Amino acid sequence: MKKKISPGYTLIYLFLSLWALTTIFPLAWSVMNSFKDKKTIYHNSFALPVGSTFSLENYRSIFENYDILHAYRNSFIISGTVAAAVILLAGMAAYILCRYQFSGKRLLNLLLYAGMMFPIYSTIIPVLRMQAVWGIVNSPSVGKNLLSVILPQIAGNMSFAIIVLMGYIRTLPVELEEAAFLEGCSMFQTYFRIVFPLCKPSMVTVGIFSFLWSYNDLFTQMFFLRTKENWAITILLNNIASKEGVNYGALFSSVTLIVIPVLIVYIFLNKYIIKGMTVGAVKG
Amino acid sequence: MGANIYKNKKLIWVFLLPAFLFMLVYLYYPFVQNILNSFRHIKYMGTAGGDWNSPWYINYTKLWADPKMRIALKNTGITIAATILGQVGIALLLSLLVSNIKAGSGFFRTVYFFPIVISATALGLLFNLVFLYDKGMVNQFLQFAGYLDRESNELIDWKSKHAMFTMLMPVIWQYVGFYFVILLTGLSGIPSELYEAATIDGGSKWQQVRFITLPLLRNSIGTCVILAVTGALKVFDLPWTMFVNGMSNTWLTGTYMYSKVYSDVDYASAIAVVIVLIGVILSALVNRIFRQNDDYQV
Repeated sequence: MKKKISPGYTLIYLFLSLWALTTIFPLAWSVMNSFKDKKTIYHNSFALPVGSTFSLENYRSIFENYDILHAYRNSFIISGTVAAAVILLAGMAAYILCRYQFSGKRLLNLLLYAGMMFPIYSTIIPVLRMQAVWGIVNSPSVGKNLLSVILPQIAGNMSFAIIVLMGYIRTLPVELEEAAFLEGCSMFQTYFRIVFPLCKPSMVTVGIFSFLWSYNDLFTQMFFLRTKENWAITILLNNIASKEGVNYGALFSSVTLIVIPVLIVYIFLNKYIIKGMTVGAVKG
Repeated sequence: MGANIYKNKKLIWVFLLPAFLFMLVYLYYPFVQNILNSFRHIKYMGTAGGDWNSPWYINYTKLWADPKMRIALKNTGITIAATILGQVGIALLLSLLVSNIKAGSGFFRTVYFFPIVISATALGLLFNLVFLYDKGMVNQFLQFAGYLDRESNELIDWKSKHAMFTMLMPVIWQYVGFYFVILLTGLSGIPSELYEAATIDGGSKWQQVRFITLPLLRNSIGTCVILAVTGALKVFDLPWTMFVNGMSNTWLTGTYMYSKVYSDVDYASAIAVVIVLIGVILSALVNRIFRQNDDYQV
């Protein structure tokens, strides 16, 4: 079946492609310039880094002056722990809130939705004081400092995660749980052997969301990761930005270094990511 | 047997407690503490609130008279308006267009959403380079296009002459894809029979949008507007990376709060309370406007 392409459709595609260009081009531009020396960037930032203009100098200097790998490691420890803890704790709470009737349930539901309303600004000062009293802020131990970021971030993702997981658990058939009950399974066994594995798609969504949120969250990192050996990737980038002011090549290559891992994850998991970031928002 | 299996409730607290304990310790308690803090004198960041301020509401009268706070409030207002019009507006346009095409909608979805997963810090840095005075992307492009004179190296100083525009453009741009996906989901819920009926009745494309799509999309648009308002109040990383310390008078309530956090702790607490209040009031208002008519439920 051949159809003539109408001018209207051409216009629509043209317009849509134009916006797509705005999201792709700045990053491509950044990657491109990260492989050029300062002079070439200055002369023509749109030229491709081929032949004699291709240079790895920017990357060499960034890796030499900053401990990028250490910051990646810190970031993965923080965000990985946050994602794992959120999945585990939010899943358990969501299961009970979905399936059980008990007094005080309405209050918990109310608290749950209220939990999404507090901006980080309104809690950070008391949280810092509390954690300072516990001795995990500005401590000489890297682990403790990382923990001081992990704990508030777990709490920050909790209500969102519970709401998303409740939505999913509600759609699961109760028959499986009934069968488990008849077999003599306890609540723990029913949840961890039956419900938890069934929730996998939703858990992945929640996990990715929490991970990315934590990985990208500069504000919390600015309060709790104040020295070099504690830096995670986002705060490191912020520091590179203020130190390398006019060293454009270094800035381009550090932007590229931060974005590439996220880009790779996004290419493979974009369905889960898009769902995860919009589903919770619409429900809340 | 139904709910019989959920009769044994002795141990449900084991499942509930960890999650709610986290929220109690890290959200509800600090939230209340912060309100109290805004009425107390706090010497250093990280110390407990001391005596009550005299008068107890002095931080709020100070806020009222603070010229920087006025700038921050004004800019936050501009940001909220710009995010509603810019983000939701562009997203609505794009989603209407995408709902009209068959091939490639998945591609556009993926590409439009991508900026959201990148850290705002990286984007701030990137847009610093895009708007760079000397040979940034925009200036270089304008020179190539002939808008700026290449020979005399004519340049535009975006970050000081057009500071608010330069700050808001990336903020808006980053989140268009987010609202785009929400609106696209809303659009897919509108039954196609309605459009068919309208076509038979001779309704033009524009009339279909005006009398079918927009009214039925009311809830989705309302959700987007609320998210845009609360999102605009939360924005921090990108402005802070591009305009450190409210450079060129670009203070927002969030960045201004951070700038005071170490020098005047209880004052910063009061700013945070104001941020919460604005958020609650505006969300309630938007809810009123968009959710008053249940008939439009999709």
